Amino acid sequence: MNGLEKSLLNDFQRDFPLSKTPFADIASGLEVDEAEVLKGLSNLQAQGAVSRVGPVFQTDRIGASTLVAMAVPDERLEEVAELVNAYPETNHNYEREHRFNLWFVLTASTEKQLRDVLADIERRSGIEPLVLPMVEAYHIDLGFPLQWA
Amino acid sequence: MGLSARELTLVAAIQAGLPLVSRPYAAIGTKIGMSEGEVIERLSWWLANGTLKRMGVVVRHRELGYHANAMVVWDIPDDQVQAVGRRMGEQPAVTLCYQRPRRLPDWPYNLFCMIHGRDRDVVRGHVDTLVRQCRLEGVSHEVLFSNRRFKQRGARCADTGGRSQGSMFDGVQSTVVAS
Repeated sequence: MNGLEKSLLNDFQRDFPLSKTPFADIASGLEVDEAEVLKGLSNLQAQGAVSRVGPVFQTDRIGASTLVAMAVPDERLEEVAELVNAYPETNHNYEREHRFNLWFVLTASTEKQLRDVLADIERRSGIEPLVLPMVEAYHIDLGFPLQWA
Repeated sequence: MGLSARELTLVAAIQAGLPLVSRPYAAIGTKIGMSEGEVIERLSWWLANGTLKRMGVVVRHRELGYHANAMVVWDIPDDQVQAVGRRMGEQPAVTLCYQRPRRLPDWPYNLFCMIHGRDRDVVRGHVDTLVRQCRLEGVSHEVLFSNRRFKQRGARCADTGGRSQGSMFDGVQSTVVAS
């Protein structure tokens, strides 16, 4: 990874320019061409290091959202994970090492839509979900400081 | 909650990320019949009022060598959870810190935090530091390391399209990575 890519990864996780030409503005700060910035970000996205350049919404402000856990028998984990992934309301879905071994976040436009998806998942999987909506956030998301090994 | 239909259209158009072009806000606006100026103005307002947590590059931890990720869950007395949560949220190793409801008898924990590290020992070290810094000796907690990632992407709550997400094995947005 070159110096430009490291800077693009680490220095623009927040305070991304809200100007008409944000990439040109980043480029002029780094003393490179806009084309190099666009190419660098495009490469990082292709490699999977960057998931997107854009907004991180406070999900409860744009709709209804909750963390959900399920205790899935090991032999059914992939099947149930795939069932959960198929909903467009699912944005993160991880296996974790615990009796509750499937953890995912659902985000919907309304509370009703969220409840409907939860009921649907329970009916189709036969497993009762543990519904754990946020009560309060104690951390301000400033991005993730990277340390280069 | 409380966004207008017009605002939700903008959320839907932008939540998968900006196009990597010279005038990305103009490109987003063109798709939904909004001027470049209005797109920028609404995003600025959302940043100011907390609807947007941040705007910028969203990284994938695992691809950058942060292979260990743990959700640490704590059973904190109700009258202390706010104070402990605030202290915990300020610790440099913590990337998220939320209070959530207990679900007794299955789930006794009411405070959740996320810790990333290059390997599990690093993460365990961070947990030990948290216990000391937040005076949590003797507090019941569990460390849930993540194993496979079945899906990671931004929220798509304003989607109006069909259920096009395919199997967990296709595409960048639903890769499976063993840690």
